[in-house]
Amino acid sequence: MTTTQPRPAIAVTGLRKSFGDHVVLDGLDLTVAGGTVFSLLGANGAGKTTAVKILSTLLRPDAGDVRVAGHDVVREPDAVRAAIGVTGQFSAVDKLLTGAENLRLMADLHHLGRAAGRRRAAELLELFELTEAAGKPAGAYSGGMLRRLDLAMTLVGSPQVIFLDEPTTGLDPRSRRDMWQMVRELVAGGVTIFLTTQYLDEADELADRIAVLDRGRVVAEGTAEQLKRRIPGGHIRLRFADPQSLDAALGVLGEAVRENDAFALRVPSDGSLHSLKTLIGRLDERAVPVDELSVHTPDLDDVFLALTGERTDEKVTA
Amino acid sequence: MSTLSVPAPAGPRFHPLRDSVTMLRRNLRRMLRYPSMTVMLVGMPVVFLLLFVYVLGGTLGAGLGGAVRSAADGRAAYANYVSPAIILMTIAATVQGTAISIAMDMTEGIIARFRTMHIARVSVLTGHVLGSVLQAMFALAIVIGVAVLVGFRPTAGFVGWLATAGFLVAVTFALVWLSVALGLASKTVETASNAPMPLILLPFLGSGFVPTESMPAGLRWFAEYQPFTPIIETLRGLLLGERIGNEAWIALGWCAALALGGYLWSKRLYNRER
Repeated sequence: MTTTQPRPAIAVTGLRKSFGDHVVLDGLDLTVAGGTVFSLLGANGAGKTTAVKILSTLLRPDAGDVRVAGHDVVREPDAVRAAIGVTGQFSAVDKLLTGAENLRLMADLHHLGRAAGRRRAAELLELFELTEAAGKPAGAYSGGMLRRLDLAMTLVGSPQVIFLDEPTTGLDPRSRRDMWQMVRELVAGGVTIFLTTQYLDEADELADRIAVLDRGRVVAEGTAEQLKRRIPGGHIRLRFADPQSLDAALGVLGEAVRENDAFALRVPSDGSLHSLKTLIGRLDERAVPVDELSVHTPDLDDVFLALTGERTDEKVTA
Repeated sequence: MSTLSVPAPAGPRFHPLRDSVTMLRRNLRRMLRYPSMTVMLVGMPVVFLLLFVYVLGGTLGAGLGGAVRSAADGRAAYANYVSPAIILMTIAATVQGTAISIAMDMTEGIIARFRTMHIARVSVLTGHVLGSVLQAMFALAIVIGVAVLVGFRPTAGFVGWLATAGFLVAVTFALVWLSVALGLASKTVETASNAPMPLILLPFLGSGFVPTESMPAGLRWFAEYQPFTPIIETLRGLLLGERIGNEAWIALGWCAALALGGYLWSKRLYNRER
């Protein structure tokens, strides 16, 4: 692997986990270098949360070797717990306590001492822009504030490795950007981040390395650039008002591919002005009416669809 | 001999006591933020006390034997008879609250956070146990106060009250651990609020409200052997200066068994994967 550190922050080999007959993780191998962001990408039900639960000692693996911060999660779970912080999908805050009380609870559990604990809590409230709401019960917080408090609580103990399980699911765009900024600052401070997400732009934005998880296995791993290079180039999408126009266009453009559920075609293209002019010229010659034209460069969505066999509909049902 | 041959424990040391106190503080704060629970837990036994003394007491008191010449005499006699049962019912109501708050806690993400932290695991549960014991003492002080107001006349001296307090703590501790397990075993908060219901009913199926001699044979057998009867008899003995005999040892035996059983069951339930 491309690890440059002497000891990876996370090293997983041959991890397996089943619930009854249902195999969730089917021989997972991962290596995460210290001080980097690693993103595990997958649809709901792909096994992301199970992987995080095993790495954070909540679940025991059926088989495989799992080391976090140099410690085996099965033999030395306490040493692992002392090194990690987890911010899960569902807010792990006490909603009856205020924001400040939640942070001081964490400080007490980390045995920071009264004065140091209060200082740390105040610092984090400030950092996460929660100072104003510090005295209100967390139950009254908005979704974005809850996530910020959640992450702040994770940071009280200054963990070396932080697990973020879908940290921006359900957040509004601004809160997402705030969360991304927070993650960048943490990594700049030397923390290792293990991020799971179903949002490709999030992985693209934050991750040094990305692994695509499908049916309990890693089907691709690399940087966002490496993954994008693995699939065919971009395309031009044409949308038509009726099937007649679509058929006419299909006759003109040999290499076009039909989209299933719309009167639309995808024409492979490098996105250059020249190729665009040629395409428009050919359509103009036959006077084919086009409702809408858009140029697509490959993104992680394409990679994801190509690698996981376009089973995105399972996102809803899983 | 050096202790160096023992492999060093992985990670920093645990502080179970300190963590339990932290968790206790958390639970006391939660009780203050959600006072309607405590009000309900105190209110229920008070309502039962008033019902039994004022509505049923005049007639039930006459059935206790002794020199009862009027309904007022009966009521006075019955207030003394029923108060220990109401005291026990207060504990049963409080531990119902324990089961509810444990189940509520388990549905919240914060427990998953505690599980991934380097803290003494049992402190999550001991925090609840200590919180509930304090809550029960608070409720008991109010209920005993109301009982005295409606005619309960304990004859216990200082030592008697001290013994009573210690005994009540022991009974509460035992029932709280049982209730923690019931709360953990429940999948929903609703189930958890129903699970300890038998604890509320058991004083009725014992010597709590009427002497067991007045019951039909089968029920009487159950009433004499179930744990609440020796507990109530011990309370009566301590507060009203009656002879206790073996009942106290049987009661303490039950408490030890319930506490240990509840603790082991809770620990097992808490450590299972979910």
